[in-house]
Amino acid sequence: MAIIQYLLLQGFQMLLVLAVAPLLIGIVRRVKARLLRRIGPSVFQPYRDLIRLARKDVVVAHNASWLFLVTPYIVFAAIWVAAALVPTYALGLIFSWSADIIVIVGLLALARFFQALAGLDVGTAFGGIGTSREMMIASLAEPAMLMIVFTLSLLAQSTQLSSIAHYMMTVQVGLRVSCGLALMGLVMVAIAENGRVPVDNPATHLELTMVHEAMILEYSGRHLALIELASALKLTLYLSMLVCVFVPWGMALTDAGPLALLVGVVLYPAKIAAGGAALALLEVTVAKMRVFRVVDFLNFALMLGLLAALLLFVSRSI
Amino acid sequence: MTAASLPSLKDYLGRNRQMDGHAPWPRVSLVTDTWMALINRLATLPWVLLGEWTDGDTVLAAVLDETDGAAAVLSLVTQGNRFPSLSHSRPAAIRLERAIADLTGMAAETLVDTRLWLDHGTWPVAQPLGTAAPRQPGPLPLPYTFLPAEGEGLHQIPVGPVHAGIIEPGHFRFTCFGEAVVRLEDRLGYTHRGIEALMTGADIERGARLAGRASGDSTVAYGLAFARAVEAATGTVPPPRAHWLRALMAELERIANHLGDIGAVCNDVAFGLMHAHCGVLRERVLQAAGACFGHRLMMDRVVPGGVAIDLDDAGGRRLLTLVRDLRPRFQELVELYDGTPSLQSRMLGSGTVRPELVRQWGAGGFVGRAAGRNFDARLNPGYEPYPQLELTVPVLEEGDVNARVMIRILEVRESLRLVEQVIRQLPAGPVRVPVAAVADGRHEGVALVEGFRGDVLVWLRLRPDGTIGRCHLRDPSWFQWPLLEAAIEGNIVADFPLCNKSFNCSYSGHDL
Repeated sequence: MAIIQYLLLQGFQMLLVLAVAPLLIGIVRRVKARLLRRIGPSVFQPYRDLIRLARKDVVVAHNASWLFLVTPYIVFAAIWVAAALVPTYALGLIFSWSADIIVIVGLLALARFFQALAGLDVGTAFGGIGTSREMMIASLAEPAMLMIVFTLSLLAQSTQLSSIAHYMMTVQVGLRVSCGLALMGLVMVAIAENGRVPVDNPATHLELTMVHEAMILEYSGRHLALIELASALKLTLYLSMLVCVFVPWGMALTDAGPLALLVGVVLYPAKIAAGGAALALLEVTVAKMRVFRVVDFLNFALMLGLLAALLLFVSRSI
Repeated sequence: MTAASLPSLKDYLGRNRQMDGHAPWPRVSLVTDTWMALINRLATLPWVLLGEWTDGDTVLAAVLDETDGAAAVLSLVTQGNRFPSLSHSRPAAIRLERAIADLTGMAAETLVDTRLWLDHGTWPVAQPLGTAAPRQPGPLPLPYTFLPAEGEGLHQIPVGPVHAGIIEPGHFRFTCFGEAVVRLEDRLGYTHRGIEALMTGADIERGARLAGRASGDSTVAYGLAFARAVEAATGTVPPPRAHWLRALMAELERIANHLGDIGAVCNDVAFGLMHAHCGVLRERVLQAAGACFGHRLMMDRVVPGGVAIDLDDAGGRRLLTLVRDLRPRFQELVELYDGTPSLQSRMLGSGTVRPELVRQWGAGGFVGRAAGRNFDARLNPGYEPYPQLELTVPVLEEGDVNARVMIRILEVRESLRLVEQVIRQLPAGPVRVPVAAVADGRHEGVALVEGFRGDVLVWLRLRPDGTIGRCHLRDPSWFQWPLLEAAIEGNIVADFPLCNKSFNCSYSGHDL
C-alpha cells in the first residue's frame, strides 16, 4: 500500500514540474516585459505556444539523420527525469533515493550531448557555431557545478539532494561562508546552463550571437515543442535545486502528513515564481557579455565552488 | 607636401571652362586626358569623391574639397561606353562603377572588380538605364563568387539575405577562424526597385515622391536633397520660412532615428532597458511630428519649391514642450548608458574603423565623425538655414561602436538645441512657391544634404518639358558598407550584429 502512495507522490512531482515549467517561462517573460514598460503576453502564453507547435507539421532537412529525429525525445526524457529527481514540494520521494545529484548532472550532460550532435547533424553554419559555443560553456560549467555539488555533499555528508535539503532544514547551519559561495556559484552555473542573460539571450533574433537557439534553429513542430519544453524544465530544475538547497523551508519531510504536503505544494510554485522574477530583474539590468568573457564568468563560478569546499575544511578544523 | 601647398579645387576649377546650366556647383567637362589627370590628382589630393554616376553616354563624378567646402561635378563623354576607372585612386568608386556597369552597361576600364553588383540576374530587363533590353530572367539568381580567403581551419558562414529578425535583406559572407572573423564580404542589391529608372521621364512631383521613398527612415533628407536639386536646376528660390521648416523636419528626423539607433544598439547586447526607453522617446518625437506635419515620418512634406505644410503656433509650442520633456529624460538614459559596466564592456573597442579608411572612403555621418572625420554637409558645403544657426559638429577619434553611439548621443543634444533655435527664429511668410518653369538649354542641379546617416547626394537633369531626364540618388551607405567589412576584421563573429547596428547602413537607399 505504501509503495502505491510513494509512486503517487512521485508521479505528482513529475507532473508538477511539467505543469510549472512553461508557467515559469511565462512569468519570467511577463516580469521582464513589465520592467521594460511593456504589458507583455499572458503568463500562460508558453502553454499556447507549445500547443501550437505540437499541432504543426514537422519540417526536417533532407540531410538530417536519425540522430536529428530522436534527439528531441532523448533531450526531453533526460531532462524530465532529472527534474523529477530534484525535491520540489516534498523530501524523500521514492525516485530521489535511486539517484543522487551527480546523476542529475549526468542526465543533463546526456541531454546536452545529444543536443550538440543534433546541432551538428544538419550541417548548417549556425548549428556548428551554436554547438561549439555550447560545448565551450558546458566544459566550464560542469566542473564548476561538480565543485559546488562536492561542497554541499561534504556539508550534508550525502550526495542525495533530499538529504542535503533535510540537513539544511533541520540542522542549525547558520550563516556559513561556504553556503554563500556555493549559492553564488550555483546561480552563475544556472545562468550559463540555461542560456540566460548575460551568457546567452533566449529572446534574440540575431543568429550570429545565439548559443542555445542556434543549435535548435532547424527544429520545428512537435520537435521544437519538446525542446522548448525541455528548456523550460531545465530552468525549473535549476531553480528547484537552488530553492531546495538554500530555501528548503516549507517542504514536506519524509512521510509527512497531508497538511505538510499541501503546504509544500502551495509554497513550491511561489518560490519558483519568486526565483523567476529575480531572474527577470537580473536580465533587465545587465547586458550580455562577449562570448569569450563567459570563460572568465564560469571560471569565477568554479573558483567560488573551490573556495567553498576549502573553507569548509578550514572551518571544520578550527 | 603640406596641406597649405596643395592645389585647391577652386584653383583647379578656375583653370577649366565651366558648363552653363549646372547649379549650384560648377560642372566641368573633361576629355580622356584630363580625366586621367584627375585620377592622378585624386591619388595625391584629399578631395572627397561624393559620387559617380552616368547620364546617357556621359560619366559624372562629384568631388568636394573639404578644406573650403568647394565642390564640383566633373564629367566625361565616354568613348564606346568605356571610361577610365576612378577606383585606383578612390576605392569607394569600385562599387559605384560596378553599379554603373549593371545599370547602364558602361564599363570602367581597369576596374579590378567586375562582378555584378546590383543585378543578380533576376531583373526582367538588362541594363535598365542603358539599352533596357528585355530578357528572360532565370529561376535562380546568377552565381556569385565571393572573394577568397584561404588557410587551414578557415570556414565560411553565410548569413542572409533572409534574417531571423524583421530587417532588410542583405547577404553577409564571413570567413572565420573559429570565432575570429578573417574576412567579411557583404552582398547587396536585394531591394533594388529601379528608382532611378522610374525617375527618368517622371514629372517633378512624382520625382519628389519617388525620392522620398528611396530610404524610408531618411525620407526628409531625401526629399530635401531632391527639392534642393530641383530648385538649383530651375532657379527657384524657396521662401525663407520653408528653409527653416525643412531644417526643423530634418532635425526631428535625426532625433527620432538616433534615438531608435541608440536603443537598438543596446538591444543587440540584450540590454532591453535602453531599447524600451529610447523607443518611448522616439515614439514621442514621431507623434509630435505626426501632429505638427500630418505624417509621423514627415514623408512628402518637403517638396520642390518649399514645404507642403505650414507649422502653426500650437505646433511650435508642442515641439518646444517636446524638447523640454525630452532633454532630462534623454540625459537619464545617457547616464544609464555610461553607468552600466556590462554595456560599456561590449561597446568599447568593438568594431573599430581606422581614421585613414574613413578619410579614404569619404564616409560621412556618425561613421565618419566617430573616426575623426570632421565633416557635416549642413556646414560644409552648407545650406540654409544652418549658417545662421548655432551648431557644433561632434567629432571623436576612437572609431569604435561606443564612439558611434556617443556621436549619436551628442547629435541628439545638438538637434534638440537646433529645434529650439529654429522655432524661436522661425521667419513669417509663405512656405511654398511654384517651381520655375524651364526653357530650352541645360537645367541640371545637384544637392548635398546631411541626413541622419550622413550626406545624401542628389543630381538631376531636367528636360525642356520639365520632366526628369536623369536623376541620381546616392545614399551615404555606399561609403559605409565597405567600412563595416573592415571594422569587423579581427573581431569575433558574435560581435558582428552589434557592429552592424552601430553602422545601421541602409539597404534600400543603397540598392535603390
